[in-house]
Amino acid sequence: MKTQIKTNLSRRNFLKTSVLASGGMLIGFNFLQACKPEAKMPVDIASLNFNDFNAFIKISDEGYVTIYSPNPEIGQGVKTSMPMIIAEELDVEWNKVNVAQGALDTKNFTRQVAGGSQSIRQGWDALRQTGATAKQMLINAAAVKWNVDASNCTASKGTITNANGETLSYGDLVKEAAVLEVPENVTLKETTEYTIIGKDAVNVDIDKIITGKPLFGLDYKAENMLIASVLRPPSFGQKLESFDDSKAKEVSGVVNVIKFGDKVAVLANSTWASMKGKKAITAKWSDNKPESTENHNKILTDILDGKKFNTRREDGDVNKAFSEADKVIERTYHSPFLPHNCLEPMNFYANVTADKVHLVGPIQTPQWTVNRVAQLLERKVEEIHCEMTRMGGGFGRRLYGDFALEAAEISSLASTPIKVVFSREDDMTAGTYRPAIKYRIKAALKDGKVTGYHLKEAAINGNMYGLIPNFFPAGCIPNYKVDTGNYKSNITTGAWRAPYTNFLAFAEQSFFNELASELGKDHTDLVLELLQNVKGTTDKRIEYSGQRMEDTIKLVKEKANWGKIEEGVYQGFAAYYSHNTHVAEVAEVVLKDGYPVVQKVTAAVDCGIVVNPTGAVNQVQGGVIDGIGHAMYGDFSFKDGKPEFQNFDKYRLIRMQETPQVDVHFVQNDKSPTGLGEPGLPPAGGAVANAIHNALGQRLYSQPFVNQLKKSNVLG
Amino acid sequence: MPNYTLHINGKERSVTADADTPLLWVLRDELDMGGTKFGCGIAQCGACTVHIDGVATRSCQMQVSILDDVKITTIEGLSEDGKHPVQEAWKEIDVPQCGYCQAGQIMTASAFLAENKNPSSEEIREAMHGNICRCASYNRIEKAVKVAAEKMS
Repeated sequence: MKTQIKTNLSRRNFLKTSVLASGGMLIGFNFLQACKPEAKMPVDIASLNFNDFNAFIKISDEGYVTIYSPNPEIGQGVKTSMPMIIAEELDVEWNKVNVAQGALDTKNFTRQVAGGSQSIRQGWDALRQTGATAKQMLINAAAVKWNVDASNCTASKGTITNANGETLSYGDLVKEAAVLEVPENVTLKETTEYTIIGKDAVNVDIDKIITGKPLFGLDYKAENMLIASVLRPPSFGQKLESFDDSKAKEVSGVVNVIKFGDKVAVLANSTWASMKGKKAITAKWSDNKPESTENHNKILTDILDGKKFNTRREDGDVNKAFSEADKVIERTYHSPFLPHNCLEPMNFYANVTADKVHLVGPIQTPQWTVNRVAQLLERKVEEIHCEMTRMGGGFGRRLYGDFALEAAEISSLASTPIKVVFSREDDMTAGTYRPAIKYRIKAALKDGKVTGYHLKEAAINGNMYGLIPNFFPAGCIPNYKVDTGNYKSNITTGAWRAPYTNFLAFAEQSFFNELASELGKDHTDLVLELLQNVKGTTDKRIEYSGQRMEDTIKLVKEKANWGKIEEGVYQGFAAYYSHNTHVAEVAEVVLKDGYPVVQKVTAAVDCGIVVNPTGAVNQVQGGVIDGIGHAMYGDFSFKDGKPEFQNFDKYRLIRMQETPQVDVHFVQNDKSPTGLGEPGLPPAGGAVANAIHNALGQRLYSQPFVNQLKKSNVLG
Repeated sequence: MPNYTLHINGKERSVTADADTPLLWVLRDELDMGGTKFGCGIAQCGACTVHIDGVATRSCQMQVSILDDVKITTIEGLSEDGKHPVQEAWKEIDVPQCGYCQAGQIMTASAFLAENKNPSSEEIREAMHGNICRCASYNRIEKAVKVAAEKMS
């Protein structure tokens, strides 16, 4: 689409420029909002001020472009894909673009969060406008130089050409362009004009990754920095009564032992010494109410059996539908807690001094964390400078800045720069877990149709909220109700990749598979039939599109040869909309010595325009395999308030030999792009469960699947 | 603390460390070689894989005191210019997501391919089974090992 952007007050101030003392042009801009009128542009790169702008573009005299990318990179690829969008509209060659991670200060600041697969979706317009506006300024500068009308000049690959065929490169124009008025109307490219968007761009950090250069929080070093290992309460909610650190202080390399709250930090001049020192501490902890997976199971079942619920959505009359039904089907699904297990354990650097607080590390929510550190230390937000490193995985765990707060508190108490480093055991036992959840779903079937649907959720601490009760099948079934109930636990829970839906999608899509069997229909046919009812809905709460989901399902059926595969291969289907992206998947299971093995998954995805295909495929493949891994093997339980799993010797993550080949296809359209960090994951568990049912005749109601299969003697 | 001489990436390096210090932490903390990653500390994830006399080994389980007679290669020394066929294949296939595990994956793959020039898919999957990729970039790791094998043949 050719899009002429209308001028409005917020856009007029969304971007500012300056001439760099060292040569070149600097463009500062803010996502989603204007910068303040008093915002000042620096004239040298060393003083980039992320107070006023959260992103900068530098165009050098030679025409090279450096983009200071503002969003944290956790492996979802935005450090590559977001600059691609700017470069596209700026019309420079991708191989002349460098990408650097921007730092953070929190004043006047917009979304700089990695979470909810929203970076691309929310940055799409702002990034394109920024690139296009900068390009227009360069065109305007050229027009002034040539004394021609700007409308007779065109830009391509860093060069501006006029009607006479004369050319000027961007580098020749930066000085003049930087002092021009920011244009109020710019034209965005049509999708058919794209030369960077839609083409594969290799991860911008690839050379550093494959040669082992320092990139991650754990690699960060500062002068006089000590390593802090922290002893935390072994059971959630426990208090520290007393501790003996005499043995810890005998460990060579241990410098200091500091109590803070109910925790003890061992500071040492090496990681090994701090870990050894921590192990040498003996501590007494308070008795507390012992929580266990056994009693959680009972509590969650009691919630489902009871009447204390929040109704999140209600259409029609489900009870009437059940009383009038030909048949009522009810099933209960169970999932355990899940730890995130980012491969880079939690860590953070802090140096708290009298005049400022310096924080460095892997964090998905820098702004929130800075605010909390300010509150904790009773410091002004302006005194806190936070630098983000590349993250060795996030999956939601690095949304919670607990580790950064620990670092700040320890550094403040010890008056020395420190880095908190979690061991794997710390990481797995001091988590913010995906809560344990049970779903009970009940459906009314009448005259070959699903006439009623009632879903109840019981979760530790709570789970589903917001718009999720309005996902499929909301709007497709006339009598529909979603109820949630929860139990408040001391165990910390939080967002885990595809929060709220990572397990819900499995329960729902397994249930629909059962309904389809009951109705004598193909699973995909039943879902496609239901989707017709939501097309043209005027219900604003419903974000998913019946049409886009239908197109996605049709694509996966075609690509997976649905229903037309060789003997001995069993297919299972699931489709799910989450994080603004529609995904449908078909899993293929074969039996090897009677064991179900997932050998292939075909995924169809509608995420609108695919910005970086190689990155997009990588995200979907990873999401699918991650979803299968946790559905099959992810087990995490508590006894006496303590996690029963602490490291990868007992906690099982999916590995290479259990991994299917994932074949990814995208629905082709011109719609604005949506994110991919999460949406591939939710349907995977359901597709595999349905395929296993086809293979073995065994329904799966409980994750991890291996435990249920073991109990039913399918797996020895 | 005792002093040790290690042979790392073709150079002799002298370090002072407690005898029980794992090679992983000697590399990372004492020698400023951060490419070898810490993932689990119990030889289960493979992030800390290095070559010891050419064999892929978990550096978190190798005490510094027993390494004086061996040749150690880390990701920093796998090639001079980042152009080992395995590194090139990793780039060509655009393997990494977060990238944290990839140095360990590359070290496992390069030791494996030095022994097995023409591996089958099954052999690749078996060889790489010990290295966890939490982002699950396994399809591309498998493909990149295949591409690297072709480059090396």
